[in-house]
Amino acid sequence: MGFEDIIPLLNSSIRFAVPLLLACLAGLYSERSGIVDIGLEGKMLGAAFAAAAVAALTGDVWLGMLAAIGVSISMSMIHAVASINLRGNQVISGVALNFLALGGTVFIGHSIFKRGGTTPNLAKDERIGAIELPLAQEIGQVPVIGPIYEQLISGHSIIVYFAFLAVPITAWVLMKTRFGLRLRAVGENPKALDTAGISVFLLRYQALVITGILCGIAGAYLSTAQGANFSENMTAGRGFIALAALIFAKWKPWNALWTCLLFGVLSAAQIRLQGVEFPIIGEVPVQVIQAAPYVLTVILLAGFIGRAVPPKAVGQPYVKER
Amino acid sequence: MSARQPLPKWATNILMPAMNVLLALFVGGLAVAVIGEDPIEAMRVLAYGAFGSGYNLGFTLHYATSLTFTGLAVAIAFHAGLFNIGGEGQAYVAGLGAIMMALWLDQTHWVFVLIGATVGATTLGAIWAAIPGYLQAKRGSHIVITTIMFNFIASAFMSYMLAQVITNPGANAETRTIAETGRIPLLSEYFVFFKHSPVNIMLIFGILALIGVYILVWRTKLGFKIRTLGMNPDAARYAGISAVSIIVITMAIAGALAGMMAVNEAVSVQKRLVVGYVQGFGFIGIAVAFMGRAHPVGIALAAILFGALYQGGVELAFVMPAVPSELVVVIQALVILFSGAMDQMFKPVLERVFGAFRTRSSSTETEEA
Repeated sequence: MGFEDIIPLLNSSIRFAVPLLLACLAGLYSERSGIVDIGLEGKMLGAAFAAAAVAALTGDVWLGMLAAIGVSISMSMIHAVASINLRGNQVISGVALNFLALGGTVFIGHSIFKRGGTTPNLAKDERIGAIELPLAQEIGQVPVIGPIYEQLISGHSIIVYFAFLAVPITAWVLMKTRFGLRLRAVGENPKALDTAGISVFLLRYQALVITGILCGIAGAYLSTAQGANFSENMTAGRGFIALAALIFAKWKPWNALWTCLLFGVLSAAQIRLQGVEFPIIGEVPVQVIQAAPYVLTVILLAGFIGRAVPPKAVGQPYVKER
Repeated sequence: MSARQPLPKWATNILMPAMNVLLALFVGGLAVAVIGEDPIEAMRVLAYGAFGSGYNLGFTLHYATSLTFTGLAVAIAFHAGLFNIGGEGQAYVAGLGAIMMALWLDQTHWVFVLIGATVGATTLGAIWAAIPGYLQAKRGSHIVITTIMFNFIASAFMSYMLAQVITNPGANAETRTIAETGRIPLLSEYFVFFKHSPVNIMLIFGILALIGVYILVWRTKLGFKIRTLGMNPDAARYAGISAVSIIVITMAIAGALAGMMAVNEAVSVQKRLVVGYVQGFGFIGIAVAFMGRAHPVGIALAAILFGALYQGGVELAFVMPAVPSELVVVIQALVILFSGAMDQMFKPVLERVFGAFRTRSSSTETEEA
């Protein structure tokens, strides 16, 4: 594999990594506030459908994006009511939302478009297009740096740049702002926060709204930037890989970036390594690479490489004493 | 006065689940009305499709059997305080053990196939579930996450096995079909009533599993240890109960139960193993366990309900093509949401209602006295 092969590989790695990264950061806000979110997958799926359907109906992809965020926030609010107000089981609520998205998208999609759950293909100008960074063509002539700038850094949709920007923003919010401090505290020791007169409920609601927004963007990316329509179960487990990435990243934003890029490379490699013979080990079955993110996460969770310690109060409903 | 009263048992165990199901059906009906179809007709088709004839009932019972196994797998782990979300993967991997034994023995007699497949399925299912159990007990890795990861690892592992190792050349990622001599009989061969529906001997196994789990959990020493650990891990430790062994054993039993689905679906009905044969039944098992309050009687009822929804949905797609059969998935999702996560929704209201009745009856009593 030469240099000219590596750039396309990294390029597709980025495309695989972006929805993971957005969903992973979404999960980070939720879990840091103490709410387990198994429903990242469902929110992404619902958002992907809303984006593609509204873009197809109105011809305006940004309305689609708004709809995606709206749907994702609504689902996140169902999760909030179930897990914050009703103190229900957060894992079950997530499972239910995943099913709701799986059935609901096809039910509505089939009723509107009569195409068995898929939405019509979007034209090029109805999708979120690629952005060419300034001087891409000119710098592209420079050896080594040129192709990296022209092909790898330039030419992605705005969501890709947003996703990468969301990492330092999240790190800053979490570590340098009052909201971030409280968010981390509410996931570790909600009672301390309550004693200090800060509303645990409100903070958790705020966190889940952010989770909804980020999952919404991730879903819109899948159906209107990376793809050109919605198809049944198009997230195909990405929400769960994002969840694995979140644990692998030990609930930290910068780690989330590296983990999602690693998982992105694994996804890209999976397609490229099909049928490739390696020295000594021979051909690696694609399923081995498919399973790699999950296996790595299990190994990490078991404490064989480092230790992943979740926020202390995660998954426990907060009961305010009267 | 509307003072809140703790609810009687029958209200929490029967009335509340029933209200949750009705609410889910109502919301599902609204969805049907929104797309301009007749919700009453849709529900009628759904009910007829599930129970209308011996043939339809046979399908419902067949699905209910699978769901009984996956529901029990969640329930028994729940009694030990473990959330086993990995029934999907456990049933999938168990399919490998079941089909390998079945294909090995299929020239003999179906009784041997049945025994062999059961042993194969329960063994592999138990191993696949015991690993996350061990990791939870020994290494402290959270079982919810580990079992989710194991579902995906199972899916990759099984598609490798079915595509490369035990594949049937020429077919698309599936095993060869079990020979005629080794086919487990359907109930319809003894009761014409069921026509050619897939309900088979595993229905009896399902009932036995329900009874077995009841005895195990509430009538044996092991069950007492399991429940103690689930209710109060500290007390269990002081009582000298080894959390590690109880967790691993409970998970192994859970995996074995989930694995039984393979004998019911893959061996008895599909007669071969195909990619992704579990089709979400492992996840629906979570709903079955929670709706059934982790009790065998409740699980039996919930399994029949979800089996009926599944089978009714197939009929619905047939009779009313304008109503997408995914309606059933939506209703299932709502049942899971209402009964599993939003259980407290009706409770305050019901407590008030019951409180009102209680105070009235108690005040009449005092008047009489």
